[in-house]
Amino acid sequence: MIAASVIRDLHTLLPASAVLSVREDVAPYASDGLSAFQCQPGVVVLPETEAQVIAILRLCHAAGVPVIARGAGTGLSGGALPREDAVLLGLAKFNRILHLDPLARTMRVQPGVRNLAISEAAAPHGLYYAPDPSSQIACSIGGNVAENSGGVHCLKYGLTVNNVMRVRAVTIDGEVLEIGGEALDSPGYDLLALMHGSEGMLAVITEVTVKLLAKPERAQVVLAAFDRVETAGAAVSAIIAGGILPGGLEMMDKPAIEAAEAFVHAGYPLDAAAILLVEVDGTNEEVSDDVLRVHDILTASGATEIRTAHNEAERLKFWAGRKNAFPAVGRLSPDYYCMDGTIPRRALPAVLGGIAELSVQYGLRVANVFHAGDGNLHPLILYDANTPGELERTEAFGAKILELCVAQGGTITGEHGVGVEKIDQMCVQFRPLELQAFHAVKAAFDPQGLLNPGKAVPTLHRCAELGAMHVHGGQLPHPELPRF
Amino acid sequence: MQAIIDQVHAASADKTPLQIRSGGSKDWYGNAPSGELLDLSSHSGIVEYEPVELVLTAKAGTPLTEIETLLAAHGQMLSFEPPHYGERATLGGTLACGFSGPRRAFAGSARDVLLGVQLLDGRGDVLNFGGKVIKNVAGYDVSRLMAGALGTLGVMLQASLKVLPRPAHAVTLQFELDQDNAIIRMNQLAGQPLPITAAAWIGGVMMLRLEGSEPGIHAAQAKLGGEVNPHGAAFWLAAREQTAALFGGDTPLWRLSVPAMTPPITLPGKQAVTWGGAQRWLKSDAPAEQIRSAAAEAGGHATLFRGADKSAGVFQPLPKAMLALHQRLKQQFDPHGIFNRGRLYAEF
Repeated sequence: MIAASVIRDLHTLLPASAVLSVREDVAPYASDGLSAFQCQPGVVVLPETEAQVIAILRLCHAAGVPVIARGAGTGLSGGALPREDAVLLGLAKFNRILHLDPLARTMRVQPGVRNLAISEAAAPHGLYYAPDPSSQIACSIGGNVAENSGGVHCLKYGLTVNNVMRVRAVTIDGEVLEIGGEALDSPGYDLLALMHGSEGMLAVITEVTVKLLAKPERAQVVLAAFDRVETAGAAVSAIIAGGILPGGLEMMDKPAIEAAEAFVHAGYPLDAAAILLVEVDGTNEEVSDDVLRVHDILTASGATEIRTAHNEAERLKFWAGRKNAFPAVGRLSPDYYCMDGTIPRRALPAVLGGIAELSVQYGLRVANVFHAGDGNLHPLILYDANTPGELERTEAFGAKILELCVAQGGTITGEHGVGVEKIDQMCVQFRPLELQAFHAVKAAFDPQGLLNPGKAVPTLHRCAELGAMHVHGGQLPHPELPRF
Repeated sequence: MQAIIDQVHAASADKTPLQIRSGGSKDWYGNAPSGELLDLSSHSGIVEYEPVELVLTAKAGTPLTEIETLLAAHGQMLSFEPPHYGERATLGGTLACGFSGPRRAFAGSARDVLLGVQLLDGRGDVLNFGGKVIKNVAGYDVSRLMAGALGTLGVMLQASLKVLPRPAHAVTLQFELDQDNAIIRMNQLAGQPLPITAAAWIGGVMMLRLEGSEPGIHAAQAKLGGEVNPHGAAFWLAAREQTAALFGGDTPLWRLSVPAMTPPITLPGKQAVTWGGAQRWLKSDAPAEQIRSAAAEAGGHATLFRGADKSAGVFQPLPKAMLALHQRLKQQFDPHGIFNRGRLYAEF
């Protein structure tokens, strides 16, 4: 619970409508996009100026009250999950585009501006913002920075960290930091990289400057069907080995194809074990050249069917199945749980094989969509939350998949973040030494641990209890250090 | 590797300052190195490289030429086109300095391709951050924090980088233009869907490099006009390695990193423009204070890249809160302050 005095003090900083503490007012903030985790926030504040953010943070700092920043609340790992004893700091009112410079190809925006709104504002100038997470119509740029969001074009165009030039952020003690800038680098340490994917645990972002790119003259997509997942995987490798850098390179397995086809009728071949979508973009001439080469490579790789989208309508239709894969799978089952591991591409057959075995073992169906270009795998586990024990079984299944990714040289999260969801798998991916270093980075920004506590980085104690930690001789490294 | 770890353990115990060094090709960069030598040159070799994964992992002391030769044999490259500044340039030094070449404004920097590091911290512990995959958001991005940190946070023992296919063809076009117009033109063109991978202005001439498939380049050439420079590759190499005439002589060389649209900066001395306008090289005897305030006014910063007198510091001073944050980070990774003391800022 939050002390009544803190809520009273917040009222002195903000208009009455910007402080929510009644149960029905705070209820919509009880979860983010990972609705399996819910908690009523102690109080929700909705500031609209940086001065208000500073004042709120100073107040919380002085009172020792935790603060959880929230953008659009579309995150899939519970990074914005509230706490009863914390202030939930909603940044939705920071929704203005502050400055667009088409010549310099930069846009300065407030953190609550939606990802897609950036590209829409840039479009009249032939420019766009490259990272396009699937939630781009709703997710905000501040949240994108906090999670280092990806999308389907990361192989060629990078993640959020590669497309943001500057953030302005407020630390828990109310200090404003200018991090990065409109030049391509800045003096000192690369704190801009550190802010990306920091899940709101280092500072609260109040402004973001993004880099805009020239919209490619043309994009064309090729769809290829395969009778084996392994063959599709080998085709991906052959495309990369052929020196082609596709703008998008996506794979779906049979259950995902069937679900997508039933939902949006994209014309996917239902007898295929896997399909690939290969999109090349660039100038007209480059695309013409690349499409021919991709076609040849796919043929040589044993594709059973190859189709090239000949116009924009067809291109969008090919993509519609992939872009609607999640809701399509959602129609097959009352609930589904989306995982987010990344693996080296060569490990794909082994990981998909392992997932299939686990699927039998746990008695739960799974559909796989794969950002094949960058190795980011999204297994969607189908379950029914109303069947007692099924959610727990699903979570256990998901955890095993992530461990499989780590064992194959990959990572537990490619683009969704750790949040509360994958915090236990952090103990599998990292040793106590690295976890300690993460806590040390946090302490350099937020010594009292008030910003989004308990997320992203597990305590060593938690890992030890899980038995997942590599403890040598019963002795943690650096016994002189405090454990929290 | 054990000898390196042992040396750091010992230095950590008795708080001996260490200077991290491999090929020594960049001894001249940053504030003067001091302390006992921690030699990484024998910690060398490519650890893992599968061309289809587009990821290469190598030890810090691996010569850049060895990496680039192997990549070229598989039709790939380091997309940030690192300057070598000498035959003995290594991966570790390049990343620690955070140097990127002509392609930087179009394809990203050293830090952009850095996916993971193995780090030896100031306690002598070996830590692994990031990984060998392109998309990875587990834990804070400590790997990228090491790029440009000049070894002050720890010893990068090993690094994994994203690599890219090498473009099949390249053409360099040149246009006679004054600096004002070249800067505007480079920015206008960067906002169009053209296969430009480098843009510079030097001595009254704007140079553009086009790379990609042959038909794509021909089409772009037809749109752009200009004159083909038959020595394009040599030009970009000389710009990257600073062997071009402008960079010679004893006058201090300053690097001004500014927003790309910044108009010509009025300062005494000779200037060249690279990175499509975002990087200005200045040969000038003007006082550090004057150069730094001009860069700051433009929204950027200035580095005394090469110069004998470093008494005014090499890097743009940090605001107070930012410096304090740097010191706290330094304290966490290197509690006894043993690594490359003062190389980045005198304060740590």
